[in-house]
Amino acid sequence: MREACAAAQHFARQARFSRWEVAFWLAWLAAFFVPATNHALAGQVLVWGLFALSLDLLLGYRGVATLGHAAFYGIGAYCAGFLGKLGWTEPLSALLASAALAGIAGLGVGFAVRRLQGVALLMVTLGLNLLLYDLAQRSTALTGGDDGLQGIEVAPLFGLLRFDLAGHTAYLYVLAVCLIVVLLVRALVNSPWGLALRGARDSSRRMTMLGAPVARDLTLAFGYSAAIAGLAGALMTQISSFVSPEVLSFQRSADVLVMLVIGGSGMLYGGFIGALVYLVLRDQFAAINPMHWYFWIGLLLVLVVSSFRTGILPTLAAALRRRTNGGRS
Amino acid sequence: MSTAQVVLATRGLSIAFGGLKVFSDLDLELHRGERHAVIGPNGAGKSTFIGLVTGLLRPTAGSIELEGCDITALAPAQRVQAGLGRTFQINTLFPSLCPLQSVVLALCERDGLARPSLRALSACHAQIDEAQATLERFGLAQQALTTTRELAYGQQRLLEVVMAFVMRPRVLLLDEPAAGLTTQQGQELFRQLATLAQGTTLLFVEHDMNLVFGYADRISVLAEGSLIAQGNPDAIRRDARVRAAYLGH
Repeated sequence: MREACAAAQHFARQARFSRWEVAFWLAWLAAFFVPATNHALAGQVLVWGLFALSLDLLLGYRGVATLGHAAFYGIGAYCAGFLGKLGWTEPLSALLASAALAGIAGLGVGFAVRRLQGVALLMVTLGLNLLLYDLAQRSTALTGGDDGLQGIEVAPLFGLLRFDLAGHTAYLYVLAVCLIVVLLVRALVNSPWGLALRGARDSSRRMTMLGAPVARDLTLAFGYSAAIAGLAGALMTQISSFVSPEVLSFQRSADVLVMLVIGGSGMLYGGFIGALVYLVLRDQFAAINPMHWYFWIGLLLVLVVSSFRTGILPTLAAALRRRTNGGRS
Repeated sequence: MSTAQVVLATRGLSIAFGGLKVFSDLDLELHRGERHAVIGPNGAGKSTFIGLVTGLLRPTAGSIELEGCDITALAPAQRVQAGLGRTFQINTLFPSLCPLQSVVLALCERDGLARPSLRALSACHAQIDEAQATLERFGLAQQALTTTRELAYGQQRLLEVVMAFVMRPRVLLLDEPAAGLTTQQGQELFRQLATLAQGTTLLFVEHDMNLVFGYADRISVLAEGSLIAQGNPDAIRRDARVRAAYLGH
């Protein structure tokens, strides 16, 4: 009986909101009140973190790598852009519509690649991303080509809060959306289905022999992941009132992967930490030398991967666990 | 033996990889509740047979019936849902999960709970309690929260069996369950199986003849692409064709 209680507590403990998580969100909230905060940059970090979280669902929790995740981000970004341009200016409903469209695209892609793995999967997702990028760039009448989509309007939030130039409303808006999405994803990965995703990451063959619909679960994971990526893209369009084909570029797919690798995958918050480190350093390096900042980013990646094999967050978490266990023994 | 007592049957089952015929026209019947061993020299097609029955391999001809229903066209996961379970010759587990998580996952799949939802794992009380109880029965309770990759090999082997067992299969196929275990560990594993899986129809492939002759109710012998003998352990021990296949005379 006592063992059964311990077992139940094990799962309850895993699902419990830790003090680190509370501190994480309070720090972002506190940043709003600090006058020196660059709210525009902080908002971008959160959006990129959300984008990285979407990739984490596939890579970290399901073990599937993709090189074309910008496709879903771009679909969401353009959907929000077109809606804003066509007069659908209410931000929350436009956000949900963009996420839904990206999610549907994700389900389609997930269905198409459900039996692929490894390099084949990387190539197909990359190919789809490049196709969309080329389409957006060539359709100048529709997308504005490299000049981007102009004249995107976003109405005040709840009809009250106008998106100001300083980015205060945008920051709170992004922070609130990120928190809600993280809570939802958190619940999803702590559900039996989340455990099934991790099981398939470890051994899809064993999952099959448990009677699990492995291919269907992968399709659904693509759908959820794409919806979150689309949400991130739509957020970026709404807070910047601009969208260009760059949102669909391979560079963006690569950047989000780098952020997740730096922060650490399979831990929910790794993408946010990676985005924070990556974007803040990029901002600083670009200020020092606007031409060669990629050199420093490359060096950072090498150093992080050498020092933190599994990424910053998992390495720190493991060190903390060792210290806690050491203290107990 | 009446057909009602036949749980699993293969009819004219054949498989070839390119020009290589592994076996052909294999007719084999498993009776309800029996412990049935499939033996044969290396390369006789024993593991291939399990792969065919579970659907991981496709036959070139023939059919497979479970409880009288043709399952030949079913996908592996559908066969599991129909009542087949298996273990692998090489441990096929979830290295990053602990045994408790692995067994709870198996139970959630069995009970249809592993679908997208916001229901917390900690709310799956029945599955958690059953997982804990099963791990206790198989002597793995102490390791319930240890990451699987950190378990001793014998414990991993046992977990492989536990995960198949909790699915409550009508037929459990064990591919060399004692592979890599010491003689004592192998005996212990089979002793646990004999006690805990009572009532479950077992088909196992095994190289250790002491285990085979000690635990099997019936034995089928595969050699050179066909079934050369079938019967109880005593009959198989006396069979001249079996002696020839194993000893070459």
